[in-house]
Amino acid sequence: MMSRTALDLWVGIFVAIGFAALVFLAMKVGNFSGLDGRETYRIEAPFDNIGGLKVRAPVKSAGVLVGRVQSIRFDTETYRAVVQMEIDKRFEFPADTSASILTSGLLGEQYIGLEAGADIEPLREGDRVLITQSAVVLEKLIGQFLFDKAAEPAAQ
Amino acid sequence: MNAFFGSIVGGLRHIGKLTIDGIWRLGFITRFLFALLMASGQSVRRIHLTFRELYFSGVLSLLIITVSGLFVGLVLGLQGYDILQRYGSADAVGVMVALSLLRELGPVIAALLFASRAGSAITAEIGLMKTTEQLKAMDMMAVNPIARVVAPRFWGGVLSMPLLAALFSAMGVFGGWFITVAVIGVDDGAFWSQMQAAVEFRYDVVNGVIKSFVFGAVVSLIAVFEGYDCEPTAEGVSRAITRTVVTSALAILALDFVLTSFMFRGQ
Repeated sequence: MMSRTALDLWVGIFVAIGFAALVFLAMKVGNFSGLDGRETYRIEAPFDNIGGLKVRAPVKSAGVLVGRVQSIRFDTETYRAVVQMEIDKRFEFPADTSASILTSGLLGEQYIGLEAGADIEPLREGDRVLITQSAVVLEKLIGQFLFDKAAEPAAQ
Repeated sequence: MNAFFGSIVGGLRHIGKLTIDGIWRLGFITRFLFALLMASGQSVRRIHLTFRELYFSGVLSLLIITVSGLFVGLVLGLQGYDILQRYGSADAVGVMVALSLLRELGPVIAALLFASRAGSAITAEIGLMKTTEQLKAMDMMAVNPIARVVAPRFWGGVLSMPLLAALFSAMGVFGGWFITVAVIGVDDGAFWSQMQAAVEFRYDVVNGVIKSFVFGAVVSLIAVFEGYDCEPTAEGVSRAITRTVVTSALAILALDFVLTSFMFRGQ
């Protein structure tokens, strides 16, 4: 039987290694320094069409991650989608900021891009972004292109 | 004709016996778990007993977990690179290695190794104690064998499993990094930044830890129960060890499916 101090030492080493692995996974592999645990405020934005936007999609401004999509619901009064976003408290945006749904890369994931306006008043908890631009739906784009092509010879 | 009906009745009786035995065992393992939890106070009061088991199930499993994690990571890196470079996205290999390890392979393979390395040892130890009537002797001396023998082994297993799974995943990520970045030549910055963008702490890391915790509890419970329940003969002990490894493996894989279907549904 091993002496008690040696055993304690080995268990201590084991626990330390295990926790070091957990910290490595949290800090280096996962990005713990992201928005998790930061204070946030919520804003809403209505869209005609959200395309393939998903809950927890990133919200970016000038390409920098400033928040995440918290929920998406359908408003039966206006028949539009209302997207609720959590924005990091550190970032304030003017009240006339515009939101658009963009795609990273050709077929990448969709995210919300915020473009700051010029208002002096900032957006606050529960405020609504009024100027929005919907997602580009590829089928509609192609359909419009074909429609325009078909209309061209008739005009000449 | 009579013999035909006789064989049908015999078959039905066999099915009935298996069902009743199964339910009986399930009830017994539940009562055993309650008795174990009720007797767990001593594992905290005499924490040294638990530390001792942490040494046997945790420290002695370090080597196999580290080496297996490294090799699984190396293979994931090679295979991931081979497939992803066909689509011109070899940089995403870090994401693939990290997510598959954190969500599935880390907890599951670590639990399978843990069941065969530590679980079988626990069953053998308790089974042999029962065979040599040490458990009965303790009972005679008014020492509750569940509090003295079973509970520390159970808690040692429960505590060491998440740490072992985290170590497995970390070694796997290191292995994947080594083979793709250091050997093949994927860009180091892209490897880490894509991984960090895709892996979320709460969603991926914490769910992996929860999984390994559940697996640790189930494997430890099966191991101590099979040892306690074994037939007190040499053959009975060997059968109990086999049952520990087989039942643990099945329980881990089935539970993994259930947990995954609750945790990751790709909203």
